[in-house]
Amino acid sequence: MVKVKNEVKVALRGVSKIFDSGSISTKALEDINLEINSGEFISLIGPSGCGKSTLLRLIGDLLQPSSGEIQVNGKSPKRARLDRDYGIVFQSPVLFDWRKVESNVTLPLEILNIKPEKRRELARKMLALVELDKFENHYPWQLSGGMQQRVAIARALAFEPSILLMDEPFGALDEMTRERMNALLLQIWEKTQTTIIFVTHSIPEAVFLANRVVIMSPRPGRVSEIVTVDLPYPRDEDTRELEQYFELITQVREFIRSTETVNFSVPGEIQWQSEKA
Amino acid sequence: MPLLLLLTSLAFVYELIKFIGGPAISIDVSLFGLDIHTIWRPPLKFRLASDLSMPHLWDIIEAFGKPARRGGPILLNELSVAALFTFREAFVGFILGALMGLILAILLVHFSLLERALMPYVIASQTVPLIAVAPMIVIWLRAGWISVSIISAYLTFFPVTIAGLRGLKSVHPDAIDLMVSYAATTRQVLFMVRFPSAAPYLFNGFKLAASLSVIGAIVGELPSGISGGLGTVILNFNQYYISGPERLWAAMIAAGVLGIASYLLVHLAEFLLLRTQPRGAEVKS
Repeated sequence: MVKVKNEVKVALRGVSKIFDSGSISTKALEDINLEINSGEFISLIGPSGCGKSTLLRLIGDLLQPSSGEIQVNGKSPKRARLDRDYGIVFQSPVLFDWRKVESNVTLPLEILNIKPEKRRELARKMLALVELDKFENHYPWQLSGGMQQRVAIARALAFEPSILLMDEPFGALDEMTRERMNALLLQIWEKTQTTIIFVTHSIPEAVFLANRVVIMSPRPGRVSEIVTVDLPYPRDEDTRELEQYFELITQVREFIRSTETVNFSVPGEIQWQSEKA
Repeated sequence: MPLLLLLTSLAFVYELIKFIGGPAISIDVSLFGLDIHTIWRPPLKFRLASDLSMPHLWDIIEAFGKPARRGGPILLNELSVAALFTFREAFVGFILGALMGLILAILLVHFSLLERALMPYVIASQTVPLIAVAPMIVIWLRAGWISVSIISAYLTFFPVTIAGLRGLKSVHPDAIDLMVSYAATTRQVLFMVRFPSAAPYLFNGFKLAASLSVIGAIVGELPSGISGGLGTVILNFNQYYISGPERLWAAMIAAGVLGIASYLLVHLAEFLLLRTQPRGAEVKS
């Protein structure tokens, strides 16, 4: 059982983000207020353009807010990033083909100047956590999509951060693999006691994983509803057959539907790329 | 294997052209005690297939074993020495040009303003005729064969810059975000991510650059009057073509071999360094 402490890990107050590309100005997020406690598993869900990925990147200091305040671990997002308080996993695993699996996982540790023996030890530990301990000497392109994503998760956890940011990590996988990855992720969450912020497009996934589902609405991106998922942990395949599970999914779906408005004007392309690049 | 096939087919076509439209061949054969003398007169007449314009392949091969001038070394030796001389110039030129190209690519990828400002000039630099520039460089530098290396570098840096730029930019944007999330320095991003990503593209550039460096060295020798390399040998055999056309053809073959050898060296380096990466790495998005 994961203990959710009464300590605020991530806080957003009055946060908004406007993207300016030439003559088109897009308000991606408006007046976001959110508090995430230590040890929670939060799902961010909403239709396309609701700003959930933008929100994640703001927390990770990969983008800077146009207004408002963000606190991560009691510090500014930049400080948290420089202190390496979080690990991040994207939809694409982004592993490096010229490195074996083990040295992909040790990449952040090399940047941190950790000694080689300690690096190997941490990599082994993380690969065992994601159940890939036999694959250290493989190359990424020799692994399936699900396995590559597991390596990406191991890499994100390599320096044992207290926060894990995940941007639709299982979006490119098939349904069966995705369900298995969900179960694995919950096991990892339990073992590492990390605070996880998980962006997804899938309502069942959001409900299955999280203890709270943050529903966002688009144009401009806002938090429209937060649903508490009081399904008991540990959750497994049986949980997916509980009536309460389906009720919660319906509840979330209806909230999302009610916020969708027919809109004929399509705003300009939102750029995810880090403003630091 | 395909190269061998190609060369054999070319040789066959060459002799076929001479057979159909070249000079008459007189055949003297002894069969069963009878002396037979015939003359094969080709059905067509190509001016270009005469023995002066297109020496027979066996004459060219024979010429390798004979001295090019009275009392000199045999042509094979003379050409080998000249080829090595030119190879040294080309090699130094390649290293210089590749380094310049790489540094330029790194600068342009990190400062997009510079890229927009300098790119037109980089491209324009290649439109200057090398034969015009070469003697100027030799006179300015007065450094012997190193001037030829500079000329060779001038041709070499361009494909490396273009390939390097493309390669360094080929990194997945999420990979950069990942490095930002690790608070990596620009230097760490360059060496740990951009360079390895760019390697397949760079080697394509290097292969092109290798061939160009040889061309640059030969062309650079011609108007600069640097003796000892293949350029001057070619010039010499060109001037005295009539008294021995096979020599010029032999020199051209030597130049071709030098170019191919340079290319193969880069190919070997690529094989040794990149064999762990999947094929078609450069096609990945």
